[in-house]
Amino acid sequence: MNVKEIKNPSVTEIDRSCCVPLLALFGGAALWLVGGSVLGLLASIKFHAPDFLANCAWLTYGRLQPTADDVLLYGFCLPAGLGVTLWLLARLSQTPLRGVIIPVFAANLWHLGVFVGLVAILIGDNTGFAWLEFPRGGSVPIFFAYLLLALWAMMIFAGRRERVLYPSQWFLVAALFWFPWIYSTANLFLVAWPVRGVVQAVIGWWFANNLLVVWTGLIGLGAVFYFLPKFAGRPLQSHYLALFAFWTFILFATWCGIPPGAPVPAWMPTLSATATVLLIVPLLAVLLVIWQTVRGSILSNWNNTPFCFFDAGVDSFLLSGLMLMAMACPRISPLIQFTWFGPAETQLRLYGFFAMTMFAAVYYLLPRAVGIEFPFPKLARVHYWLSLLGIGLLVVPLAVGGVLQGSGLQNPNVAFADTTKAMLPFLRVSTTGLLLMLLGNLLFFVNVMGLTLRWKLALLKKFIAFVKSPPEPESAYASLRRDKEVRA
Amino acid sequence: MKNGFRVFLAALIALGASWCGFVLAPVLQLGGTKQTTILNSPDLYPVGRPGEANQGLQVYRTHGCAACHTEQVQQSGVACDLVLTSAGNNPMAVTNAISSLKLNDLDKDAADAAVDKITAVGGKAEIHIVATGPDVARGWGRRHSIAEDYLYDDPVQLGSVRIGPDLADVGARLPDANWQLVHLYAPQSVVKDSAMPPFRYLFRIQKIGRAPSPNALVFPKGFGPPAGYEVVPTARAQELVAYLLSLRADVPLHDAPFTQPLAASKP
Repeated sequence: MNVKEIKNPSVTEIDRSCCVPLLALFGGAALWLVGGSVLGLLASIKFHAPDFLANCAWLTYGRLQPTADDVLLYGFCLPAGLGVTLWLLARLSQTPLRGVIIPVFAANLWHLGVFVGLVAILIGDNTGFAWLEFPRGGSVPIFFAYLLLALWAMMIFAGRRERVLYPSQWFLVAALFWFPWIYSTANLFLVAWPVRGVVQAVIGWWFANNLLVVWTGLIGLGAVFYFLPKFAGRPLQSHYLALFAFWTFILFATWCGIPPGAPVPAWMPTLSATATVLLIVPLLAVLLVIWQTVRGSILSNWNNTPFCFFDAGVDSFLLSGLMLMAMACPRISPLIQFTWFGPAETQLRLYGFFAMTMFAAVYYLLPRAVGIEFPFPKLARVHYWLSLLGIGLLVVPLAVGGVLQGSGLQNPNVAFADTTKAMLPFLRVSTTGLLLMLLGNLLFFVNVMGLTLRWKLALLKKFIAFVKSPPEPESAYASLRRDKEVRA
Repeated sequence: MKNGFRVFLAALIALGASWCGFVLAPVLQLGGTKQTTILNSPDLYPVGRPGEANQGLQVYRTHGCAACHTEQVQQSGVACDLVLTSAGNNPMAVTNAISSLKLNDLDKDAADAAVDKITAVGGKAEIHIVATGPDVARGWGRRHSIAEDYLYDDPVQLGSVRIGPDLADVGARLPDANWQLVHLYAPQSVVKDSAMPPFRYLFRIQKIGRAPSPNALVFPKGFGPPAGYEVVPTARAQELVAYLLSLRADVPLHDAPFTQPLAASKP
């Protein structure tokens, strides 16, 4: 069969083919986003009142905080990233998604896995490894749901009409491949057949870094490189620079994450610190690509909410990259290690960069995929400002306070209790930031749910119209048969 | 980057390299780690934790204690202290020899040279190796943590944030089990301004029976339960404290030598 003879599917047809899987992925993700913010806020309040909810084992800080982190990462970031990837690959490959039932099933399996994992951490059945807390009941469904979704995404990719790839496709396809490898390695070496001693910590750092920095970076940049040229009305400047950014990013970023001073053989932190410092190369390349692409169109896009979200996301990506480098630099790291600077970097990366990028993509693509507008499009703008203000009020105080805390920890004449006490005003501001983020997330949830509801109502109307419609005019076949009967 | 296979290959090369570097190589290098001998002693280190303490590690894990506490002490370097153990037959000569020496910031070679000079005039001196750095000065440990310290832990709970103090050596610096239990039940009763949440659900409040329970907590004045009642730790609280008291990285090793006693520390 000659491919050229098949009529190309229209853009609308491709968009609509993703509708149901995207609603399943984003609907659950929006719910987890709100749930994660509530848990994070509860955990944060404990710094102002250690006695708050203290009689309840499953609401103790050591369980709430990891749950909030995991629900943001596994509940929101990954399914949202996978949904955006499905749609982007379908658009870029000019191929509709087929066999919709499997990705819908996988999306629901995913959300079930997150629910099991969340309950497991709260009742104390965590694995004890940061960012890998979900026990088998949560991690196995998540792993297979990911495989199914990635398989369907790869099928779209394999059926593409344009053989030459657009830069976004490199990033997205690499990310699809990344997660199963790191997640299976971490679960096999840490949970199923645990390795001995401090190797556990090394593999834990390797996994967390590859998920939080590399995977989110690949998906986020893939989306940014697709949307920003579209909004700017200018092609990506240039594909070669983007290719350079891709290669240097995956080559260097995958080695980051082993903290200096860790109780492991010295070559590991040294190698990791070298790779982290070299991360400046892909960061500059990304900055250059984006600056040359959007230059001159920033002001005209000022009212374009997805553009603003992307803009904030790229800035957060670059800033969190610089923070990562500061944490790895042997000269600076003693001042900020073991402080709030680390969590500040993680929040900036996960929420400021990745979640903001996903918000932008969802606001753009979901109405197109479903064919129905968001019920409250103006709330998206409010969501943008709340998120931006919230993440600023969360990250800046934690980072600044972290430096102060670190200089206290480095001076043995400062009592430890004083370093904790000095953090309190900063923690108070950061709680306000979390509250604003929760409000913004609620608006996102309302819009996504409202759109889903509209879609369901439209389906219902169609169904009712179908039932109520007058019987169809007699078919040719039936009239033929009656004629025969009459003649007989 | 013309086709999908090349993207796959790029990801395979990049991730495969770091997998070999940070998964395979550490397993090969450290997976077979054995016990090591304690410096100047035939004893082996570490010995496995007793059963109750091992259960306590699981209590530590399920409550997410590592969200606030690290278990890793760092040091910035080592310094050498010179200790005169005998003045010999000619104290005057030894005094003169010492006064001619520079004794600040000795490194190992300078300290060896100084010992040689003192020995030459008939005195005797020893070199004490002291770990330096803020963690050691705080009394959180006598040396930095090394890979062997975690040999028998599963899961290894290194932690990443010091919202609370480091616990690598807490068993050596706060060895009182009652203090640990009271601190878990009501942290602010023993550490003013502590940000630690209380873990009251690991304890039972009960009416004092015919005789007070031998396990009942002894509180500082003004805290404690109402008269006629006592606070008794559950098995989980006792396991957790057994684990905390088993956290002692306090022996000198070839990779982390020291000879000084533990500095005074605050909780």
